[in-house]
Amino acid sequence: MNLIQKLEQEEAARVLGEKVLPEFSAGDTLIVGVRIREGERERVQRFEGVCIARSGGGLNESFTVRKISFGEGVERVFPLYSPLVESIEVKRKGHVRRAKLYYLRDRRGKSARIAERTSGHGIESRD
Amino acid sequence: MSQAQNLRTGVIAKKMGMTRIFAEDGSHIPVTVLHLEGVQVVAQRTNDRDGYTALQLGAGKAKVKRATKADRGHFAKAAVEPKRKLVEFRVSESNLIDAGAEITADHFVEGQKVDVAALTIGKGFAGAMKRWNFGGLRATHGVSVSHRSHGSTGQRQDPGKVFKGKKMAGHLGQERVTTQNLEVVRVDAERGLILVRGAVPGSADSWVEVRDAVKGAGVEGLAFPGKFRLGDEPKVVDSPAPGSEEAEMVAEGAPVAEAPAVDAAGEEDAKS
Repeated sequence: MNLIQKLEQEEAARVLGEKVLPEFSAGDTLIVGVRIREGERERVQRFEGVCIARSGGGLNESFTVRKISFGEGVERVFPLYSPLVESIEVKRKGHVRRAKLYYLRDRRGKSARIAERTSGHGIESRD
Repeated sequence: MSQAQNLRTGVIAKKMGMTRIFAEDGSHIPVTVLHLEGVQVVAQRTNDRDGYTALQLGAGKAKVKRATKADRGHFAKAAVEPKRKLVEFRVSESNLIDAGAEITADHFVEGQKVDVAALTIGKGFAGAMKRWNFGGLRATHGVSVSHRSHGSTGQRQDPGKVFKGKKMAGHLGQERVTTQNLEVVRVDAERGLILVRGAVPGSADSWVEVRDAVKGAGVEGLAFPGKFRLGDEPKVVDSPAPGSEEAEMVAEGAPVAEAPAVDAAGEEDAKS
């Protein structure tokens, strides 16, 4: 491992602290807790939507969450290791065949649904 | 300026590459990682002997068998292993450091400003657009072949020549550039790392010179004449064991016995 990789690993560990990042991929429905500062007060806002992409690697990785808010599509890109991302909760796993779900931007309603995934990576098989 | 009267030595560092640091407020700081690889004082230049005062610093590790006999003698005089890179840093007379002392990364403190000088990445023969940010010619409207040319270079029969210094195509890069006032974000003396905010000239793995900013370091509490440790057992991770082949070869040629190893703290002022 070269020095830069080592430093990035340490930085990731420092930023995460106690936090644990869940395993998730494109197609999953996430609830992201975002720290928001309003003057002196600080609160956590929940941003719920479908993860449509993960990009970058290591310390530079980010993910995109899309939701429909008051009939308008809203997308937010979060750096995976941002201190502002308080928590990531996987609400539902989705069955998709793409790594990037940009096609969802052109779809609304019924055609923008994603089927739930009950097996495969990240899910323990039940006997 | 007080800096000019009390000039500290800089250091030679190796540019390792860039990464980022996340701040608590969610912003991120792009940083360049600079590594101090066994930076030791090799020689002193004094006013009496040389007409100016400076420190010659060496960094890196050169193979002893490939060092010339003259070089070997030069390094043996200071009782240091042969160095890959030698650079002189002008210092004030009061800030001279004994030969053999190893400069540590906490020579610089977090928050201070530094100037970093290095050879930029060579771009070869570059056109006027890349070299001087010229606009080039239009893509259409009758322009043929010369879309990236520089256009006119002068006037008419009077003056009838191209003025000297006219910006034209030519060699770009591979020149010494100093980037001023870069902030030191983090210092890791244990591993010999200095993290400065922003980009630094040169490619990764190239040598750079780091000095206190000439426009002022901007912080109190800089160590004078500098932070260094004496003794022949540097704690740097990459350095070879003291009993290694190369260390012995140096010891053979060293007329001056090494100063006794200093105590645990390892960063005390040599003169105190």
